[in-house]
Amino acid sequence: MNQLTLSIIFYVFAALTVVSAAFVVFSKNVIYSAFALMFTFFGVAALYVFLSADFIAVTQVVVYVGGILVLLLFGVMFTNTIMQTDLKTDVLHVVPGTILLLLMIAGILYTFYTTGDWMPGEAQLQGSVVQRIGFETMSRYMLPFEMASIVLLVALIGAAFLARYDKVHNKDH
Amino acid sequence: MSQSPSLNTWSEALSGFYIGWLPLGLLIVAAIPLVFIALYALTYGVYGERKISAFMQDRLGPMEVGPWGLLQTLADILKLLQKEDIVPTVADKFLFVIGPVIMFVGSFMAFAVLPFGPAFIGADLNVGLFYAIGIVAFEVVGILASGWGSNNKWALYGAIRSVAQIVSYEIPASIALLCGAMMAGSLSMQQFSVMQAGPYGFIHYYLFSNPIAWLPFIIYLISSLAETNRAPFDIPEAESELVAGFFTEYSGMKFAMFFLAEYGSMFMVSAILSIVFLGGWASPLPNVGGLALNDLTSGPAWGAFWIIMKGFFFIFVQMWLRWTLPRLRVDQLMYLCWKVLTPFSFIAFVLTAVWEIYK
Repeated sequence: MNQLTLSIIFYVFAALTVVSAAFVVFSKNVIYSAFALMFTFFGVAALYVFLSADFIAVTQVVVYVGGILVLLLFGVMFTNTIMQTDLKTDVLHVVPGTILLLLMIAGILYTFYTTGDWMPGEAQLQGSVVQRIGFETMSRYMLPFEMASIVLLVALIGAAFLARYDKVHNKDH
Repeated sequence: MSQSPSLNTWSEALSGFYIGWLPLGLLIVAAIPLVFIALYALTYGVYGERKISAFMQDRLGPMEVGPWGLLQTLADILKLLQKEDIVPTVADKFLFVIGPVIMFVGSFMAFAVLPFGPAFIGADLNVGLFYAIGIVAFEVVGILASGWGSNNKWALYGAIRSVAQIVSYEIPASIALLCGAMMAGSLSMQQFSVMQAGPYGFIHYYLFSNPIAWLPFIIYLISSLAETNRAPFDIPEAESELVAGFFTEYSGMKFAMFFLAEYGSMFMVSAILSIVFLGGWASPLPNVGGLALNDLTSGPAWGAFWIIMKGFFFIFVQMWLRWTLPRLRVDQLMYLCWKVLTPFSFIAFVLTAVWEIYK
């Protein structure tokens, strides 16, 4: 793929991400915000592909679009008065917001200019990213991996307990 | 990473084809699966399903238009094209229009990683199988958009049932495919077929060479039916209770879009099933003595033939089940997923791991 095509595709995805993210923030309708979020997630996943992080890109789609966005849409759709509620998307606290924004931009620019060139890693990536991720999670990052799995298991059991059909409680009614 | 010299040669040659700055080859690579879906949905999908269901019910099926009713599908398309494109006045216009589009795009995106033979694949990703499982998420959002956008209680119920079903059945389906990934030691779709190709044909397929592979194979077969909303798991469009589910309000070409998406994902799951467990484009014929049947029937064109035939066979199985089995109730559906398929997929996962370590 030549350089021009690559940059055109990159800017298409970058524009998609930014425009849809702006739509999420400025839309007065929660449903439209939620659907626009899908395009943001998709655009971010595509940007990951440009960083050669294909595994993370697919994980982004699986977790955010397949999990979080669907949950969000379910929640929004089951809320009855969702279309009547007007979201407040006014600009509030202009002065502190601007100061915070300028500080953040200054911080990012400072890091960008003082760090200079991006340093390439000492070990260049060879072959498949997936295998490296597998080895690392099963060796060096074993503890965080196991802890995350326990947290998820606890959350699952808790959700199942809360959603359970309560026999004793239902007899009273 | 290519082991055989002819791997991906066609698609790579095609994607390097430019006219000026325009990557025409890339567009052609993307257009080939699209044309394939359209052609197969018209011929085998619509006409074939009507004929197969008719023969199963001891009828003749479409017979009037053309010889054996062969032109019936063309007549239907002409009818669909002429139909008025109705958008209900109280529907959410934007979501109503974009719903079927997102759904079709979602089912089409997985075709990027489906190898059509050893020489042609849209993108030979390292994470191909993971991508194919994950991209289904877009279909789910499309279903929700069309169900909610229709502003119809049946459509909304259908959409919610469908999404609940797809999200639940993704779990046993993914674990079953993970067993396949463990056998191949890779997530690349081409690698699956490369690992299962050999001089003895079907003996090399994981389904026949691995004593546990039948369990994830059956689990994925069942869950794939639920993921494509096919009978016996078609409660999202249960016509006796919900009119037509999430596409109740749709007519004309938007309705046709839903069908294209459904046939697209039917071929997708069938192809994944045959790639992971049945060798993909690897020829099933063995070399018998001096008769080198396997060598004769291998190669780029034969590979495309085998993968499409295997896919079509599983689509036939899906149609066969649809016209044979009654529909499950919602509670039975969830029972099957969470209390039968998920535990068995975990068992299959552990057994496959043990087999892979000690074989």
